[in-house]
Amino acid sequence: MLNKQGRQTDIVNLTELPQDSFATHSGNRGLEQDELLIYEIGDTERTGVDLEEVENFENRLGGITREDKIGLAGLSEPETMRHYTRLSRMNYAIDMGLYPLGSCTMKHNPRINEKVARLPGLADIHPLQPMSTVQGALEAMDKLAHWLKTLTGMPAIAMSPKAGAHGELCGLMAIRAALDKRGENRSIVLAPESAHGTNPATATLCGYKVKSIPATENGHVDLEALKEALGPDVAAIMLTNPNTCGLFERDVIEIADAVHDIGGYFYCDGANFNAIVGKVRPGDLGVDAMHINLHKTFSTPHGGGGPGAGPVVLSEALAPFAPVPYVVHSKQGFALVEHMEDGSDSFGRMTAFHGQMGMNIRALAFMMSHGSDGLARVAEDSVLNANYVMASLQDDMTVSYPGPCMHECLFDDRFLNGSGIATLDFAKAMIDEGYHPMTMYFPLVVHGAMLIEPTESESKQSLDQFIGSLRHLVAEAKAGNTELFSGAPYLAPLRRLDETLAARKPVLRWTKPE
Amino acid sequence: MRYLPLSHNDRTEMLAKIGVRHVNDLYKDVPATALLKEPVDLPDHMSEMQVDRDFRAMAEKNIPAGSHPFFCGAGAYRHYVPSTVDYMIQRGEFLTAYTPYQPEISQGTLQALYEFQTQVAQITGMEVANASMYDGSTACGEAVLMARRASRKKKAILSGSLHPQYIEVAKTATKYTDDVTVVNPVDIYDADALIDQIDDETSCVVVQNPDFFGNLQDYSKLAEALHARKAILVMVVTEVVSLGAVRSPGSMGADIVVGEGQSIGNGLSFGGPYVGLLATRQKLVRTMPGRVCGETVDADGKRGYVLTLSTREQHIRREKATSNICTNAGLCTLAFTIHMTLLGEKGFRHLARLNHAKAVKLADKLAAIDGVEVMNDNFFNEFTVSLPIDAARAIERLAEKQILGGVPLSRLYPDNEKLKKQMLVAVTETVTDGDMDRLVSELKEQVNAK
Repeated sequence: MLNKQGRQTDIVNLTELPQDSFATHSGNRGLEQDELLIYEIGDTERTGVDLEEVENFENRLGGITREDKIGLAGLSEPETMRHYTRLSRMNYAIDMGLYPLGSCTMKHNPRINEKVARLPGLADIHPLQPMSTVQGALEAMDKLAHWLKTLTGMPAIAMSPKAGAHGELCGLMAIRAALDKRGENRSIVLAPESAHGTNPATATLCGYKVKSIPATENGHVDLEALKEALGPDVAAIMLTNPNTCGLFERDVIEIADAVHDIGGYFYCDGANFNAIVGKVRPGDLGVDAMHINLHKTFSTPHGGGGPGAGPVVLSEALAPFAPVPYVVHSKQGFALVEHMEDGSDSFGRMTAFHGQMGMNIRALAFMMSHGSDGLARVAEDSVLNANYVMASLQDDMTVSYPGPCMHECLFDDRFLNGSGIATLDFAKAMIDEGYHPMTMYFPLVVHGAMLIEPTESESKQSLDQFIGSLRHLVAEAKAGNTELFSGAPYLAPLRRLDETLAARKPVLRWTKPE
Repeated sequence: MRYLPLSHNDRTEMLAKIGVRHVNDLYKDVPATALLKEPVDLPDHMSEMQVDRDFRAMAEKNIPAGSHPFFCGAGAYRHYVPSTVDYMIQRGEFLTAYTPYQPEISQGTLQALYEFQTQVAQITGMEVANASMYDGSTACGEAVLMARRASRKKKAILSGSLHPQYIEVAKTATKYTDDVTVVNPVDIYDADALIDQIDDETSCVVVQNPDFFGNLQDYSKLAEALHARKAILVMVVTEVVSLGAVRSPGSMGADIVVGEGQSIGNGLSFGGPYVGLLATRQKLVRTMPGRVCGETVDADGKRGYVLTLSTREQHIRREKATSNICTNAGLCTLAFTIHMTLLGEKGFRHLARLNHAKAVKLADKLAAIDGVEVMNDNFFNEFTVSLPIDAARAIERLAEKQILGGVPLSRLYPDNEKLKKQMLVAVTETVTDGDMDRLVSELKEQVNAK
């Protein structure tokens, strides 16, 4: 099936390809085109815009007019188009293929979401226009808030956090504010070993010390160790559920009760909400605060690293501490509360203006498209796909924890033992097979982790091809074909990059050659 | 459901392969009481056409900036974004790529980030920049925390003319660390007044240029005073187009520059997503928050780019990281870079001059109305206007006539009686002479009817 065009699939001899015999004058190789920096193509005189002439006038810059040469390189419009089109072709993307990054939820990004987010009535409005002129925008924010609260079974929401980590900060600050209000000065936040790095970093920003809770040999939080760690000094637990080993924390309700019993709060990292959306409501599990990565579960584009959005749902206990602004609805219509009223318990403001409106619109379009019925299907198919991958590869690779898993499946590097091939090499060889590697070396609780999340966007056919590629690589590894891995990738726009050099002698910008 | 490729048969086959009968068997770890028996109480799925229709209905209830005379600013500005920008950022290879952790198949994103970092360093007059922050306000909060790491001191002094929401965000960012944030009243903002407050505990002074009210200042003396105490000057720029006309923060001695980059390449979008800029001196890079891209070579010696200096970051350092930040403003930085590339030095300077010229023109027209005063001696493309009437009411009435006349200061300082009659007016290249005339004549009418 993979070889309909008679393409070469036996890549064992790749390293022996006579590269030099294909040397070209330009350095390009057919459709693979090299591209210089704008500074090496353009200059400070060239421009790709036409602006109206400025009449003579006396400037009012108070004597601080910029005289120095800035050095910005300009390109004409066709040059700009070509430059960035060429760059785009050096990227892997979800539009091109399966993107199995565990805990990242790289799913299809529907273009209707892009379209409605660009409607002038939603895109071309200023955050400080009179509220009477943005009633539809406030309605959209309120509607998204309603969907998120209903899906999570939580009574309150903060819409302004700008990314998942920003949402974590929001949730933990609400917890800290609630404890301060009670006059309690607790100092510890518990987080499992398998937590994302953002969890401990966030806790530190809120003035907490982080205590790590071990995992059991089954990949769950060790309930006994957790109970032992609980005490009057514990402010909260930060728990990702489903966790980063791809498992649902089966003791979650007991954990919530235990944390509440000692007067602490339960922060849930919602990074893996995709596995349970429409199937399980975190509010029913005793969660006090949870951020929702709109760019994961609700498909707002990752855009090469952002922008994200991380609204936070809050329990009744934490609702009074939510940040400003928030939307209120009355007979007069919608309004934003932008300032803390006297006596308010709100912990403050997290960002200028009202949050990631453009992302909110896209996420809402995604939700409305699926509906209540479709979102449950999203969860089911994502879980089904992950389990199918795990079941299909369990005899080839080493599954870290027995299934069933949630929407991602975790392997470790035991299957590579004795081969001399590391997780990194194995992952880089996937690039030659036409895939983005899975998440590697995370979570930290298993050796050489490989975390695969296929998402609901993949067809069975696509999964079968992916599984076929991985089986092929495993067979090559076991056959001792180490070169296929140690030198990989061979077929990407660039070979393996020297990250040590980059960090040792940081060159972070272009400068004019001497 | 149009987004879900699995067929009924696929699902059956796959369940069989896994060895379970029903998909709910895969949810066996979920407490039985928590697994929903019914769908949640929300509408069912919709066709694309229905979704389109619903959003249009919501959009039509708003007055978009582009259809009317428009003068709002206060940290978000309406500029014309060339069509190439929006086309390019919608290419799937950019739009649907993840953070470039696998540099061999992410050179497009990485090279664009490297260009972005260079552009930001150039316009701010700094040595280096990171790969962006969420927005200007959060970048400002991060800059205060960075200044503390770099200076090993804890007291940040904020100018009274810093954007009031940036002040609030900086206060929130430092609320539960043991930093001290000194916030000045609105009328304490000039360099001399701030110099008097510097002491041995001071980590940084944060100023904005042009400031929130539109005023321009030379902060060189403040920088000298800070450096003499081994403290840091943080300069905030919320309108980056000004950097094409106004002396750069770097030339005034700033150590950290944060900016809101929305003006270049990005629309208003009701406040987000925007793009935060953070630039600094080479010697401070290891205290910098956020992602950063650097040059290196591949195994064949070819030049390439990678995310680097990750030993500062949360995924490596966990609780000891410089920040909990894990994304940047990806696609918004790309929009910034493409727009800036189209402008080039020539276009960027021209754009800045055009903005300033139009602002000067409108300021003079407004000042000519009896009872109306322009409060600024100097400004870039935004200034404060004092009216003889309540400014928020005046702006509401303008809106009834389909004119978005500016931002009343009471929206941001609700408790400050002195500012009730003042408003911010921003003028960009998108404003026509006809727009100006309509604003002037409507305001004149309101003032005269007093």
